[in-house]
Amino acid sequence: MKRFRFNQQEIVFAVFALLFLVFSIFLKGFLTADNMLTLLQNVAVLGILGLAMAIVVIGRGIDISLIAALAVPPGLVLQMVQNGHSLPTSLLAAVLLTIAFGLVNGWLIAYAEVPSLFATLATGLLLAGLGQAALFQLDVVQWSPGMNGFERLGQGTVLGIPTSIWMFAIACIVVAFLLRQTRWGAYIYAIGDNPYAARVTGIPSRPIIVLQYVVTALIGCFAGLVLAASVNSMPTRIFNSTLIYDVILVVVLGGIGLSGGRGGVLNVIIGTLLIGTMLNGMTIMDISYAGQNLIKGVVLLLAVITDSFLNPRNEETAQQGDI
Amino acid sequence: MRDTLTSLRYRYWPDHLLGEILSKRWTETAIPVILLLIVGFAFSRSIDNFLSPASLADTARQAGEIGFIALGLALVVIVGGIDLSVGSIFALTDFCALYLLDVLGWPVPAVVVATLLCGAMLGAVNGILVGYLRLRAFITTLITLIIYRSAYDLLIQRYSNAIASAFPDIPSWDFIGAGSVFGVPTVALAYIVIAIFGHIFLTRLRPGWHITAIGGSRRSAYNSGIPVRRTIALCYVASGVLTSIGALFFASRLGTVGGDIGVGLEVIVLTATVLGGITLGGGKGSVAKSAVGVLIVLLITNGLTTMNARGGVNRMALAGILLVAAMVDIRWQKNRTRIISKVYVAPTYHELPPPPPTEIGQGGPFEQNDKLRDVEAIGLGRIEAPEDVILDRHDNLYAGSRHGDIMRFLAPDYQKMEVFAHIGGQPLGMAFDREDNLYVCIGGMGLYRIKPDGTVEKATDETNRSMRSVNDDSRLRLADDLDITDDGLIFFSEATVRYEMDEWPIDGLEARGNGRIISYDTKTRATRTELRGLKFPNGICVASDGQSILFAETFGCSIKRYWFAGPKKGAVEIVMDNLPGYPDNINLASDGNYWLALVGMRSPSLDLAWKMPGFRRRMAKRVPVDEWLFPNINTGCVVKFNEQGKIVESFWDLHGENHPMITSMREHRGYLYLGGILNNRIGRYKLDNADPNFVQYDKRWGKLS
Repeated sequence: MKRFRFNQQEIVFAVFALLFLVFSIFLKGFLTADNMLTLLQNVAVLGILGLAMAIVVIGRGIDISLIAALAVPPGLVLQMVQNGHSLPTSLLAAVLLTIAFGLVNGWLIAYAEVPSLFATLATGLLLAGLGQAALFQLDVVQWSPGMNGFERLGQGTVLGIPTSIWMFAIACIVVAFLLRQTRWGAYIYAIGDNPYAARVTGIPSRPIIVLQYVVTALIGCFAGLVLAASVNSMPTRIFNSTLIYDVILVVVLGGIGLSGGRGGVLNVIIGTLLIGTMLNGMTIMDISYAGQNLIKGVVLLLAVITDSFLNPRNEETAQQGDI
Repeated sequence: MRDTLTSLRYRYWPDHLLGEILSKRWTETAIPVILLLIVGFAFSRSIDNFLSPASLADTARQAGEIGFIALGLALVVIVGGIDLSVGSIFALTDFCALYLLDVLGWPVPAVVVATLLCGAMLGAVNGILVGYLRLRAFITTLITLIIYRSAYDLLIQRYSNAIASAFPDIPSWDFIGAGSVFGVPTVALAYIVIAIFGHIFLTRLRPGWHITAIGGSRRSAYNSGIPVRRTIALCYVASGVLTSIGALFFASRLGTVGGDIGVGLEVIVLTATVLGGITLGGGKGSVAKSAVGVLIVLLITNGLTTMNARGGVNRMALAGILLVAAMVDIRWQKNRTRIISKVYVAPTYHELPPPPPTEIGQGGPFEQNDKLRDVEAIGLGRIEAPEDVILDRHDNLYAGSRHGDIMRFLAPDYQKMEVFAHIGGQPLGMAFDREDNLYVCIGGMGLYRIKPDGTVEKATDETNRSMRSVNDDSRLRLADDLDITDDGLIFFSEATVRYEMDEWPIDGLEARGNGRIISYDTKTRATRTELRGLKFPNGICVASDGQSILFAETFGCSIKRYWFAGPKKGAVEIVMDNLPGYPDNINLASDGNYWLALVGMRSPSLDLAWKMPGFRRRMAKRVPVDEWLFPNINTGCVVKFNEQGKIVESFWDLHGENHPMITSMREHRGYLYLGGILNNRIGRYKLDNADPNFVQYDKRWGKLS
């Protein structure tokens, strides 16, 4: 008899449905059109970040510095426009900074062989420190008239749906295309599944890993631009928040195993919906910030424990010191 | 002129030290220590009062608190994990201590115990998750960091006012926080005590070794029966307890529960740990490294704060240092062996004049012949690597074998072979003493004595360490050949102190005087190094005068005499130099002359290469080992020389069919027995005009058979 098993995607979707149902019944003001749009709008940025994280996690890495990539280059755009540069110049500078940052991350991980968690933890601090010390005058970089028109990226609606959700959708399509339709995407899965096998097959592992981190940083920067456009400023202290754990939560809960080589865009969408519902519900229930963090932490812990049972580490390819 | 310069440069510049220093374990601690000195010096020059007593005491208090946390993290990193939750545990245990003291009014000892317990429990959560459930340490402790931090935030929302408004006036509590003993802050004192215990624990006690073993290889540790999961879990518990100790001192010093206590602490501690040289991924690390790392990080952060750097600069500096240190550490650990093996080989200048001719028709004492062509083979295919052979008075034949045995072939036909004694290392030179004990040099082990009944005893395996050597040269690495004087003094050669036995050709490539001659007194059992700096000293034979020994320097291509007694005591003089081959063992001949084996003949290429150290160094660095130049040991010969160093006779085998390669020869009752270290047989050659009753050691000890 075939053993009856849910896969994680289905479990998470079921949990999401259950949570949605419970909130709809018991939470006043949850199941309204307004709240639904708010919910989606709030998680759009998180979803885009989840896509970025998904790329590296599928390639058996992780990028803790994603929030720095979200905060600093878009902050640079706002600051430069404030200082009188034109918007295209500022965008170009931000993109170059992001690419450079991604290259540094990728080089450290692929060539210097620093564990990805560790490398990105440090580079994130480095970039955030750079922003704090050299780039920004205030913690919150304010909107300036030169930016006008750009807020359309995060505000307003197209066909009745908020733009940020469109942005998430576009990002989903682009990432799905990259992962599923290009050779590069197939290589990422191969590297994530078994890096040594990928290397002996002749896949240029190191350049591919570098590319992963560059693309991830670029998507992170894009998410930051959407965020900045939707709130008309760039609160760079977001780096100190726990946003990165939400992102990991999205990816892990969605079913992209941390051991790499599995999952895709659909998992990110499911994870995002679940987290979005959870955060929205907690906000409506008026749970304090610390309380929300506590709950998120516990949920993330349970998710990681479950993940370690569902996707056990491959002892053959797990490296000594793979912490 | 150029050769002279090269020779001077290589004589006086100690190339070999670099490799020897790098292969020392302490170099890995030395680098952070040097960094610490540089940082301390730089800041003390640019900041006034940086090293004043008050400032130092303040630094010591901070260093003590952070030092405890770093000790805990060091344990966790050595066991192969990581603990990011230390900052939050610090905050929670700080709260715990102040809440119990200020709000509940517990007595100080109870507060201390409860706080430590609290730390242990918080650590135990990590320990169970990472140790028993085998979650990834990084991600797990990142999550517990969040959970503990949120719990702390929730707690201080409720209790911070109560804690802030309390001013406990308890002397013992204040002593913990602000007291000092002879000017040393209590926290620093406590840290020193615990650090010393930690050092002993890690290096001398069984659990400490278990921790290192698990970090080195989790699976091997499991297979050797170490309780891997429990040990890992306990390391996290220890990390929690040590963090709570730091928090206790912090709480008693400042008494606050601010919102940002412990935020980012994990990065500081992690930077300190990695900077100190504790390898991420486990298996390596020490208390000293942890302490040095903490000091460096504190000096840098305090220095930057004093210089009014912006917050971001501090952050960048920490992150940058962390990255560079991690990168250097990872690359170094990965390439350490390769780098050391590349720089370890340090060839030196070695010049020899053109060798005397050996070709037929050229004349001279070394003129080739075919006398050894019809050598008989004993034990063909049954013995492996008989470096030396010796016969006892009953004509039994003894030879070493590659398998670590002394084999005995029984007279008269030498068909029956038996294991005379099992030693475990490769037996090289052999000699009988007056009581028929067989003394044997064992490569890699030292000098051993085998009694006539086959019992094996160690004679010596160490000598006095020379103070100027970086490598510990007290252990005998490659004892090679020996002889015994009338007074029971055993002289034996140690071919090289820089290489193991299987690496002997590399020593030839280096051509430095790495060998020595050592004496062992059978009466006092004292071992003493007699001569140093010899180029692969090999065969040794006590000369007929009883006051000197003759010894061969294989890569020096010479025979020398060392006076150990008499009027010339201590002097070394050359007997023969510029031999056409590489001399090996020397033994007595029945006519009072000496036998000498030439293990291989010199070749123009190696002679030339010996004059070009740079060429050989490049070769060692760039070419794989199996393609290096190798001294020729395919053809050789046996020669007989007299007391004055004149060659009397030479014995060649032009085809090398019956007995290729000769490392030693022993005359016995009219026959010459030949041994060769790469051979699978022992050769036997009938000598003309030889004393048919000659037994080498019976003659030496004046026993007539």
